[in-house]
Amino acid sequence: MMLSKRKFILALAGAAGMMLAGASAHAQSALDDIVKTKTIKIAIPTDYPPYGFVGLDMKPQGLDIDMASLVASKMGVKLELVPVTSANRIPALQTHKADLVISSLGKNAEREAVIDFSHAYAPFFQAVFAPASLPVKSWADLSGKTVGVTRGAMEDQELTKVAPTDVQIRRFEDHNATIAAFVAGQTQLVATSSAVADNMIRKNPQLAAEFKLLLKESPCFIGVAKGESALMAKVNEIILAAKNSGELDALSKKWLGRAAGDLPL
Amino acid sequence: MRIQLDFAAVLSQWPLLLNGIAWTIALTTVATLIGMLLGILCAQMRAKGPVAVRFGVGAYIELIRNTPFIVQLFFIFFGLPVAGVRLSPETAAFIAIVLNLGAYAAEIVRAGVEATPRGQIEAAVSLALTPFQVFTRVVLPPALKKVWPATVSQIVIVMLGSSVCGQISVPELSYAANLIQSNNFRAFESFIVAALLYLALSVVLRKFLNWAGPRLLFGR
Repeated sequence: MMLSKRKFILALAGAAGMMLAGASAHAQSALDDIVKTKTIKIAIPTDYPPYGFVGLDMKPQGLDIDMASLVASKMGVKLELVPVTSANRIPALQTHKADLVISSLGKNAEREAVIDFSHAYAPFFQAVFAPASLPVKSWADLSGKTVGVTRGAMEDQELTKVAPTDVQIRRFEDHNATIAAFVAGQTQLVATSSAVADNMIRKNPQLAAEFKLLLKESPCFIGVAKGESALMAKVNEIILAAKNSGELDALSKKWLGRAAGDLPL
Repeated sequence: MRIQLDFAAVLSQWPLLLNGIAWTIALTTVATLIGMLLGILCAQMRAKGPVAVRFGVGAYIELIRNTPFIVQLFFIFFGLPVAGVRLSPETAAFIAIVLNLGAYAAEIVRAGVEATPRGQIEAAVSLALTPFQVFTRVVLPPALKKVWPATVSQIVIVMLGSSVCGQISVPELSYAANLIQSNNFRAFESFIVAALLYLALSVVLRKFLNWAGPRLLFGR
């Protein structure tokens, strides 16, 4: 009994070793495959303006798509876009449907357990937005005003922390209701993510809504499958070069209306 | 997987829950008082009013009874500002819920009024009662008595339906439950507590209306 148990453990260790060897063998092949086929498959969003959406010409466009083109051109390979939703962008990487995920992906501990993250390539932030005519310079200026927010979203928690006590926080069920209430003038300000706000401002130019106060930064990273260290090094090299040359700032200005700022490595 | 229930996490938020209960009761009370008056008025108008009024009241009743409450609420809150009418979430909710109960009550009351025997009305007229007296003293009390069970059911339905007012940030009971569960991720416990509170409110409301109706409105 003892012996068979030890044998079993040995067999298990052997299998694990083989899997590790297999993974490291694969680690070489991801970048090799890209170089060999001269094609890189990058997962991008098509439902999340301004990071990724389908334009009037039915072609994907946005900050993430521009970033994907930048990576592909720096690597000197052809770009193949793989449209994903936020729910399946990590599975797309795990099942090798994509070599990289450039899909406004935020970093957290749960995700870091299953995939690796590059340096950050674009800012993503939650903020308070309001019409230009409303003077708001600091959190104290929110006093006595109504702010719409999506209940339970990250910005709800942040806003509750920083806002003065006499702010009327109006909590709505989802982003659409929050935005609808603001657009209809039912709330004076709205706290939401840059992506949602940008889309709202684009579609409602008559509101003259603008960025007022920053709630929280959670920048976007490029997702790489676990163990693809060669590909990761290459991607990080491209991001660093683009950051130093000002290309990341230009992308951010083009799609988000402000510079990329200090992105974490 | 074993689910560990932690009711303390939800019950410790009792001020939110209490405020929610107060709002649910307020919405229901206003709906019942004004909505029933509106219903009785509409029932009479639809039966006896001039053609134009009859048509208008009919259109209102059918519009409300054939669209979901949440759509009516969203129309008042999100739609009316386009026409320049900007209401606070609470005012919008009160208006929506009164209009909603008013339409259903109108049809329920009309059924009771139509069931009043003609002879009874003729007898009242022959006693030289004014039309107003005939309606409020001879027609309405027995009519309400006949349809009271249906009316009580409708009021309870409206109270439960007030739960959607949380969608436009009125802090009623389900809004409170939702807020609690999005803060501490105790969704199951929050909604168990909310369900039990709604159940208790419904039972109490039904008992109260069954007690109050015969005593205050139409006699035993």
